[in-house]
Amino acid sequence: MTPDNRLLISPGPHLWKGLSVNKIMYQVVIALMFPTGAAIYFFGPKVIPIMGVSVGVSILTEYLCKKLRGRAFIMDGSAVITGLLLALVLPPSIPLWMVAIGAVFAIAIVKEAFGGLGHNIFNPALGARAFMSVSFSAEMTTWTPTRFMPDAVTCATPLNESFVWQGSQASLYHALFMGNTAGSLGETSVLFILIGGILLIGLRTINWRIPVTYIGMVALMALAFGQDPLLYILSGGLMLGAFFMATDYVTSPLTNQGKIIFGIALGLVTVLIRHFGSMPEGVCFSILLMNAFVPLIDRFIRPKPYGVVKVVKKVSSEG
Amino acid sequence: MDIKLKKKASPYGVKVPENKLSDKIPIEPAPLPDKVVIPLQQNIGAPCKATVKKGERVLVGQKIGDSDKFVSAPIHATVSGEVTGTKMVINPPTGQLVNALIITADGKDEWLELDVPQSPESLPVKELLTRIRGAGIVGLGGAAFPTQVKLSPPPDKPIDTVILNGCECEPYATSDHRVMLEYGEKMLRGLNIIRKILDPKAVYIAIEDNKEDAISHLEKLIANSEFRDDFKIVPLKSKYPMGAEKTLIKMLLGREVPIGKLPLDAGVVVHNASTAKAIYDAIYEGKPLIERVVTITGAVKQPKNLLTRFGTSIGSLINYCGSMNKGANKLIMGGPMMGIAQFDLDFPVVKGTNCLVVQESKLREEHDCIRCGKCIEVCPMGLMPTDLARYAKAGRYDECKEKYIDDCVECGACAFTCPANIPIVQYVKVAKKELAKGATR
Repeated sequence: MTPDNRLLISPGPHLWKGLSVNKIMYQVVIALMFPTGAAIYFFGPKVIPIMGVSVGVSILTEYLCKKLRGRAFIMDGSAVITGLLLALVLPPSIPLWMVAIGAVFAIAIVKEAFGGLGHNIFNPALGARAFMSVSFSAEMTTWTPTRFMPDAVTCATPLNESFVWQGSQASLYHALFMGNTAGSLGETSVLFILIGGILLIGLRTINWRIPVTYIGMVALMALAFGQDPLLYILSGGLMLGAFFMATDYVTSPLTNQGKIIFGIALGLVTVLIRHFGSMPEGVCFSILLMNAFVPLIDRFIRPKPYGVVKVVKKVSSEG
Repeated sequence: MDIKLKKKASPYGVKVPENKLSDKIPIEPAPLPDKVVIPLQQNIGAPCKATVKKGERVLVGQKIGDSDKFVSAPIHATVSGEVTGTKMVINPPTGQLVNALIITADGKDEWLELDVPQSPESLPVKELLTRIRGAGIVGLGGAAFPTQVKLSPPPDKPIDTVILNGCECEPYATSDHRVMLEYGEKMLRGLNIIRKILDPKAVYIAIEDNKEDAISHLEKLIANSEFRDDFKIVPLKSKYPMGAEKTLIKMLLGREVPIGKLPLDAGVVVHNASTAKAIYDAIYEGKPLIERVVTITGAVKQPKNLLTRFGTSIGSLINYCGSMNKGANKLIMGGPMMGIAQFDLDFPVVKGTNCLVVQESKLREEHDCIRCGKCIEVCPMGLMPTDLARYAKAGRYDECKEKYIDDCVECGACAFTCPANIPIVQYVKVAKKELAKGATR
C-alpha cells in the first residue's frame, strides 16, 4: 500500500452545493443596496459619509480584532452587512464620530468579543444602536426631513405622540410606503426594503417564516390594542428589522418551528414596547431581547428524529 | 394495505447534480485481470478465514474464504490461477486492515463446475437460503450486508413488505440503472425468489424518475409476466438520498424504522436491484458472486459500465476507460456523496463497489458555523447536524448520543449544503467510532 501522490484525499461528500458563506453575505449586501439607495435618494448624498464611515470602521475593526485574537481575517462580507445595517438604523443628522464609535462597538464588543461570526448572541448592528441610543440619546432621536418634504413640522416619526399628519390617511400610507417620511436612513421606504427582502426570500437566503410571522403578529397585536395595523406595519424600523435583522442567521433560531416562535414573540414584544413603553419604537429592543432567548428556543424546539418514539417518562414509584 | 402509485416527492434531502454520464452506455465485461487481490472481508459482519493455501491452484467460483459466524458471506476466487500470497489492505467502509489473498491468473478462466438445480422455483426456502449464502451474496447497493441474513428474519418479526431498491440516488452511479435495463428479467426472477422466501403481502420496486427508460422497461416486463399481480413499480421524484433504506421506507409506506433497529423491525426488507440479479445468478445458474457492474465515470476519457471481477485493481479499470483526465486528482470509490476517496490505484474492486468517480477537486476550507439551519432543513433523519458536528468537534460524544447520532445515515446532504464547508459527516463518523470504543471499553 503506497499512497499515490497524485490522489487527493478528503472526507466526503465529494460534491458541494457551492453556496458559500461569502456568497450568502454578498447576496445580503446586494439586497441591502435597495434600502441604501432609497436612503440616498430621500435624504440626499449627505448621508453617504455616514454609510462610508460605518462600513469602513466596521471592516477595520474586524481586521484589528482578528489580528489581536491571532485569527485569520476573512473578507466574508459580514462586516459590510453590519456596517450598512448600522448606518441604515441611524438618523440622518448623526455626527460621524458617533457613527465610528457605534461601528467599533458593534464589531469589537457585540461580535468579536463573543467569538466572531457565528458565535455572537446579539445582532451587532442593533446592539450598537441600543448602545448609541443610551449614550447619545439626543442625537439618536433628532429626525430631519427628507428632501421632498415641504417643511420641518412633520419631523417626528409617525410613531411619536407629537406626530401630526396634515393630509388624508391614504396619503400618509403612501408616504410611509414610498419612504417620504422622517426616520432613520433605511427605515423609511417600505417599498425598497420589500424589494430587497423579497429578493432574499426568493434566493432562499433568508427564511420567510421570520418576517411573515413577525409582521403578521404586529398587525394582529395592533388590532387587538385598537391601533391602526397598517400604520404599525409601515412605520418605524419594523420592515428593515423583520427582513434584515431578525433573519440574521447567527442570532435567530435554527429550526423552522423555532423561527415561527421567534417571529411571533418578536411581534408581541414590539407592540408591547410601542404601546406601553416609554419609547415610540420597539423593533430594536424586541429583536435584542429575543436574541437572548434564541439558545433557549434551540434547546427545546428540535425536529423529531426519525424512528424515535416519544416515551412518556415514568415517575419512579418508590417509597 | 395499498400505497398510492403517484410520484412521491420527499420534503427532505437535496437536489444534487445528477451527472449520470454513463446511463446510456451498455454494460461490457472488463478485461480479465492478470492478478486479483481479494480481501477476506467484503461485507458488514465477520471476516472470512482463507480456505485455500499459498501455492494452491483455484478455479473461478471456488470458495477461498468462509466464516462460521451468522453475519458473514463466503468469498470466491474470481479468476483461475494460483494463490501466490497474501497482503493487508484497507477495507474502505470500515477503514480497518483486512487480509487479502492474491491470485495470479493463468488466463484460462476455468470455472468450477456449477451446481445448477433442476427446478429452481420449487426449491424449499431453507435450500434457497443455503444457496444464497453459499454464493457469497451481499447487498450490492454499497453497504454489503450479507443477503441471507436479511432474508432470515426472526419468526417473531413478520415481514409484510419487500422493496426492491432501484433508486440509485447517488450522482454519477448507473450500475443499478443498467442492470435494470439489461438484466431486468433476471432481476425480476431474483426478486421472485426473495418474495418466495419472505412471503410478504406486497412487493414494490422503487425507481427514481430520472430513469424513465428503466421504469417503462420493467413495467412492460412485469405486465407480460406471471408477476403482474405481485410486483408494483413506484416511481419516485429524484432527490438525494431517496435510495437510503430508511428514508425510502418512510416515503413508500409512511413507516419509520425504530432508531438503532433494522428495517425488518418495521416489517420491511429492502434489497438492491443488483442484489436481486445476483440472487438469480446464484439460484438459476448456480453462479457464486464473483463479479458485478461497476460504473467508471467522472473525469475519465470514456465513462463505462464494466462487469468486473472482484479483486481487479481500480487503477486498471480507470486505464481501460482511457485514464484520468488532465487535472483530475481524486478517485472516489462509491458515489460522490457517500463514497470514499482512495489513495492507492492498486486497491481492488470489492462486492460493495458500485461506482468509481474520478474528479478534479480542491480542498475547501472549513469556516465556523453561521447557524443558517440549512443542514437541519435537508436532513432526512430529522437531526440537527450542526449540533452533532459541534459536539463531536468538542469531543462531547455523549451529547452526540443524546442527540440521536445513531440515527445518522451519513448521507452527506448536510455537508453538501453547508455554506461553512463543515465536514459534518466526518465529524459524525469520528464521534460514532469514539462512542463504539467507549461501549466496548
